[in-house]
Amino acid sequence: MVPLEEVRGMEIPENIKKRLSIPFEENFYAGHTACQGCGAALGLRYVLKAYGKKAIFTIPACCSTIIAGPWPYSAFGAPLFHTAFETTGAVISGIEAALKAKGYKVKGKDGIMVVGWAGDGGTADIGLQALSGFLERGHDALYIMYDNEAYMNTGIQRSSSTPYGAWTTNTPGGKKHFLEKRHKKKVIDIVIAHKVPYAATASIAFPEDFIRKLKKAQEIPGPSFIQLFAPCPTGWRSPTDKSIELARLAVQTAYFPLFEYENGKYKINMPNPKKEPKPIEEFLKLQGRFKYMTKEDIEVLQEWVLREWEELKKKAEVFG
Amino acid sequence: MPKKVVSGNYAAAYAAKHARVEVVAAYPITPQTSIIEKIAEFIANGEANIQYVPVESEHSAMAACIGASAAGARAFTATSAQGLALMHEMLHWASGARLPIVMVDVNRAMAPPWSVWDDQTDSLAQRDTGWMQFYAENNQEVYDGVLMAFKVAEHRKVNLPVMIIESAFILSHTYDIVDMPPQEEIDEFLPPREPLYTLTDFDNPIAVGALATPADYYEFRYKIEKAMEEARKVIKEVGKEFGERFGRDYSQMIELYKTEDAEFVFMGMGSLMGTVKEAVDLLRKEGYKVGAAKVRWFRPFPKEELYELAKNVDGIAVLDRNFSFGQEGILFNEAKGVLYNTDAKPIMKNYIVGLGGRDFTVNDIRAIAKNMKEIIEKGKLDREIEWYHLKR
Amino acid sequence: MAESPFKADIERVEKELTEKMTPGAIAYIPGSSVINKTGSWRVFKPEFNKDKCIRCFLCYTYCPEPAIYLDEENYPVFDYDYCKGCGICANECPTKAITMVREVK
Repeated sequence: MVPLEEVRGMEIPENIKKRLSIPFEENFYAGHTACQGCGAALGLRYVLKAYGKKAIFTIPACCSTIIAGPWPYSAFGAPLFHTAFETTGAVISGIEAALKAKGYKVKGKDGIMVVGWAGDGGTADIGLQALSGFLERGHDALYIMYDNEAYMNTGIQRSSSTPYGAWTTNTPGGKKHFLEKRHKKKVIDIVIAHKVPYAATASIAFPEDFIRKLKKAQEIPGPSFIQLFAPCPTGWRSPTDKSIELARLAVQTAYFPLFEYENGKYKINMPNPKKEPKPIEEFLKLQGRFKYMTKEDIEVLQEWVLREWEELKKKAEVFG
Repeated sequence: MPKKVVSGNYAAAYAAKHARVEVVAAYPITPQTSIIEKIAEFIANGEANIQYVPVESEHSAMAACIGASAAGARAFTATSAQGLALMHEMLHWASGARLPIVMVDVNRAMAPPWSVWDDQTDSLAQRDTGWMQFYAENNQEVYDGVLMAFKVAEHRKVNLPVMIIESAFILSHTYDIVDMPPQEEIDEFLPPREPLYTLTDFDNPIAVGALATPADYYEFRYKIEKAMEEARKVIKEVGKEFGERFGRDYSQMIELYKTEDAEFVFMGMGSLMGTVKEAVDLLRKEGYKVGAAKVRWFRPFPKEELYELAKNVDGIAVLDRNFSFGQEGILFNEAKGVLYNTDAKPIMKNYIVGLGGRDFTVNDIRAIAKNMKEIIEKGKLDREIEWYHLKR
Repeated sequence: MAESPFKADIERVEKELTEKMTPGAIAYIPGSSVINKTGSWRVFKPEFNKDKCIRCFLCYTYCPEPAIYLDEENYPVFDYDYCKGCGICANECPTKAITMVREVK
């Protein structure tokens, strides 16, 4: 086994450190077993960059269980506890309670970050109860939902976070044109209903924004939540090189707008705030999972996207 | 030694406080609730420094205890019946991750139909989860059991969770005198936990519970079994030490009562064994040569003690306040299995008693004694399993 | 009581494995995934044209492995031991300094 110090990428040339907009230190190691172009793996890399070693991770059943490495291997440079599918919220609550009982500083500058990293199924569906409990009790921890819009680890089944019109293995497209007929569940709105101190959406295409939000989640006491948009080429039937482009288009079409909710106030963090959203087709056409959608289906989705976007803008206007 | 008149549940709460638990995550359920109420009261009065997590379900109670224990804390919870069943998945997780969590389960019947009364099926259904199980006969044993449980669970060769089991209402809500040693003596008996691993060593970060392929999984299971085997020794050592320090010896995994010259014995677990001991005294006056064998630890199962007992008696009446549908009483099933490959072949009969909290009295035991005596004289079972209370 | 016919085997297994197997399936070596050379998965390989590179770091920033490092002059270095060939770097490169070519093995 290669000792930690011999793992490549640990030395930091000063000239590079100055120019980079994200931390240079790598705490997520190559050799992990994510698919080519995996958005979740890139997300993990950013989180581990942001928090360095002083974070305790909890990962439930999801692709990241595999990505983090089968025993005795680990792609993490920080402590990691694997847990059951529906328990992320509860386990991070327990870890936080233990740290406090032991007198550790949790959250804040130099404090230990307690991070739950769960997929959309593990958050929006089976883990929703534990998430709600964690948020409501006010633990000093961060819950990150990496959203790839289906149960990818079990082989691409729909979750409540799967969008209207998407093909999955249990909402296939067929001769009778059976599609996913339900719109994406707005988990972030459920989170905000708990009146948490900090909640935000983020995207792997905007790492500076994501890392800024991770830092904010560390500074603000109480429970924080980040919903990270993380494309999955395998499940989305998209080319592996398009993961970043798709994540960017999801933001540009306002399908997945970037915003923050901080102590009761909404703030939209779009790259070009004045720009009108691009048509949703631009996001859909790069992905095989939407190929069964008719023109009418696309209109239905487009209408939903714009309506949700208007709602968010109103919230930012009224509660900004 | 300080004495308090407390319910079984309060005995459990005092024991958790005296064991200096650091994290309690629990969810209310009858008849467990007064345990966590009492703990909350200790915290509110500033009598205990405990992080209390009022979780939103029993599943999360166990999950939060798992997180806390993995982060190095001494974690405690309590539950009952439906709550224990909901925890089931995480019970496996606690033992698989080798976390010495201690939980009190107040034995309560499973629904439907709804019942809140005593029945051992809830805890016995968790037989294969890798938890040790201790059945308390009285409130004193609930208290002592919790203190010993932490010491056994946290032993460096064990690192497995323990369930301390008490009867619904018969113990949980019934007041009795409980001896509670001074805190400093308990602290000597039970020093702070030294974890097998901790998530807080940031210079040497670990990953716990990752995927194990078929090439490795098997050995991890074997390690749990080895720890259970070690626990048999540790339980006896800790039980002996407890006796030396506090005057109540728990070095026997099966407590034997007047078995030396017994023709046959009653075997069972939990509070009903108090009644059985009472009955044994009376029956002996009536000319029966009987004794009682109280199985304290169901996991790890006291195989050798059972063999030693079975060698020297003609019959064992196994009293099960539980049932495994499609088979028989669970203790009976286990005991028969243990003796199969030995030369001890007493006549064994299974009496299913007291399900859902039905009274089980001295008179019932007398009737069973009469039946057992006849069977032993004939040398032949009338039937193997008897649903004793059945309304015919 | 009867003795397991596998007792000798169990003892042998125990002896050989106590050193290696950690109770609770604990991975003690952080970053140990690096012994897994995922470069073997690659079908297309990124080829780098230094002349076109403006050192914007986007390829480095967006690599999910990470299999792109930066040299002393701030140019990207492609780590073919781990690069799975997803092509994100080529797709994101603003000057087309990276092109994906079929791997010849």
